[in-house]
Amino acid sequence: MTQTKPISQQSEEQTIDSQRPILEIRNLKVYFQKRRNIIGRRQVIHAVDDVTLSIASGEILSLVGESGSGKSTLARAIVKLNQPTSGEILYRDQNISKLGREETKRFRRRVQMIFQDPYESLNPHSTAFEAIIEPPIIHGLVPSSKRERVGVVDRSLKMVGLDPESRRDRYPHQLSGGERQRVAIARALSLEPDLLIADEPVSMLDVSIRLGVLRLLQTLKDQMKLTYLFITHDLGVARYIGTRIAVMYFGKIIEIAPTDELINHPFHHYTSLLLSSVPGTDMQQAATTKIDVEYASNLADPPSGCRFHTRCPAAKEKCSIDEPKLVELRNGHFAACHYPLMAGQGLEVN
Amino acid sequence: MIPQTLLNATVRAESPLVEVKHLSVTYRTRAGYSKAVDDISFTINKGEALGLAGESGCGKTTAALSIIRLLSSNAHTEGEILFNGKNILSMNQAAVRDLRWKQISLIPQGSMNSLDPVIPIGNQIIEAIVTHKRIPKKQAWELTNELLSSVAIHPSRAKNYPHEFSGGMKQRATIAMALALNPLLVIADEPTTALDVVVQKQLLALLKGLQRKMGISFLFITHDLSVISEIADRIAIMYAGKIVEIGTKEAVLRRPSHPYAEALVNSVPRVFGERRILDSIPGNPPSGIWPSGCRFHPRCKYAFDLCKEKEPELTKSKTDAQAACHLISQGN
Repeated sequence: MTQTKPISQQSEEQTIDSQRPILEIRNLKVYFQKRRNIIGRRQVIHAVDDVTLSIASGEILSLVGESGSGKSTLARAIVKLNQPTSGEILYRDQNISKLGREETKRFRRRVQMIFQDPYESLNPHSTAFEAIIEPPIIHGLVPSSKRERVGVVDRSLKMVGLDPESRRDRYPHQLSGGERQRVAIARALSLEPDLLIADEPVSMLDVSIRLGVLRLLQTLKDQMKLTYLFITHDLGVARYIGTRIAVMYFGKIIEIAPTDELINHPFHHYTSLLLSSVPGTDMQQAATTKIDVEYASNLADPPSGCRFHTRCPAAKEKCSIDEPKLVELRNGHFAACHYPLMAGQGLEVN
Repeated sequence: MIPQTLLNATVRAESPLVEVKHLSVTYRTRAGYSKAVDDISFTINKGEALGLAGESGCGKTTAALSIIRLLSSNAHTEGEILFNGKNILSMNQAAVRDLRWKQISLIPQGSMNSLDPVIPIGNQIIEAIVTHKRIPKKQAWELTNELLSSVAIHPSRAKNYPHEFSGGMKQRATIAMALALNPLLVIADEPTTALDVVVQKQLLALLKGLQRKMGISFLFITHDLSVISEIADRIAIMYAGKIVEIGTKEAVLRRPSHPYAEALVNSVPRVFGERRILDSIPGNPPSGIWPSGCRFHPRCKYAFDLCKEKEPELTKSKTDAQAACHLISQGN
């Protein structure tokens, strides 16, 4: 089997023109109100609860976690689709909730999002041409002549690996799944953003075409000097594309580290559980975790102390009382756990 | 934890429970005829788990549903499907109905969403039991409680409604239902796709345990090779309505013989181990209209002239598998 240079390192080399992060999230909370029953007793869903995070210019941060852990809510808050309850999101040192009209428009141009299901995110009545040219028209970035517009669209279709002649005038239903996602990517990139939030962009695609789209995102990042927040539930994909990986659980980031560091030496027991649950790997821990503790059912009522203590094989009394803080345990490796796994403990991978 | 009533099933290894012979399924649509499954043959032995893998549109669900005769009315089926020696495809409706649930049960895709939201879980399982079997209510409840415990749901939860269950629990409840009448064969269509990895791992372990203890045969349909590696004894890989490779799990996943199987295995980014150069497959899976010759030839990096003209037959490969590829039949 041929060995290759780690992909995350390849991208690390030509990154970071400035040390300043492109995006900084400080103590972000996004809560939702939910009416519970006919009496009208209200519940508060703590979708994102006190998240602090920064993304360096040029990096790809993979965000992993189970469904309901708050990954998508966090992503939507970054692109201003969800209103934060408290906390700050700074894009290039500017608080995005305090932007003026013009600044907001500029922000929307520079920060783009791609979604899991291109069949839902693309307008079924718009051709690939219309989908791609619409954002630049709104932002007044393209010439008005049809011929020049076709030129703009053709260039971006080529960039995402689609043949302009045959694909330009197709509607979403006339494109395959992979082609649709490529059109969605071309549309997101039509405004020349520098930060791209990708929410499970390959999960809906067939296995044989997933890798092609991942490779495309990698190439585009290098060509256009992009930064990604890449949300996925698939640790293999997270490792393949990410410079760093952040793990979310119950609205909190519980561990964040450079990719290989996190995979090989997880500190948090939840990360270890996730890793040992990867299908096709044979490890001890999954069996030791209680099967009947169900997770997503009560987001409104998170466990006290460490939110993972109800499922954690190493939980002690302290874990149900004190909430652990996210602290740096090794260079660039942060974890929120009172009793972190030490090297050689927990994971033994063959 | 396994219900006593379910322990009667005997395991006779290596004798086929299901023999699919030259099965073809054609759908009649407004646009014409579409051959979703084209002349496939495979067997499922007693107590064995066969994984049927492939991408969307390859015909895996059609192939599986034809075993239980649940295809839509515009489907035309040819060939034979022998279940315990009897041809399912030539049975009358009553005989098929008698087979369903009691001998062959199905966990359909997205089955966790098929539960009735206004009936408690336990009552739904009871309904499945008493529809097919005349037993007293009390006995049915006892069986239900046993079934729920066997899928790691506490019997006290039987009176809960589906919305009070998490996704994993709902999926486990539908598995309990599929096992209710002690079937010989369970067909599971993507039983874990909607679930998170931790729950998925536990569910797969649970199914594997049930298969071993109860001697049930399983037909698992999935697009996810890593899921299949957890559960299947043998694997068949389908592409464009054909089986392109079939063999033991180790042979197909570790040393795939067919270029498509190889590319599929190599295109999945791994979590552990060395980073490898991954193999992306150019183009898209065909849908409806199959290419001439070997159906994979437009996307195959080894394709040569013969591949465009002649369709390869399944031949014994160097590993413990059969593959349909001219490279193998020519001895390369």
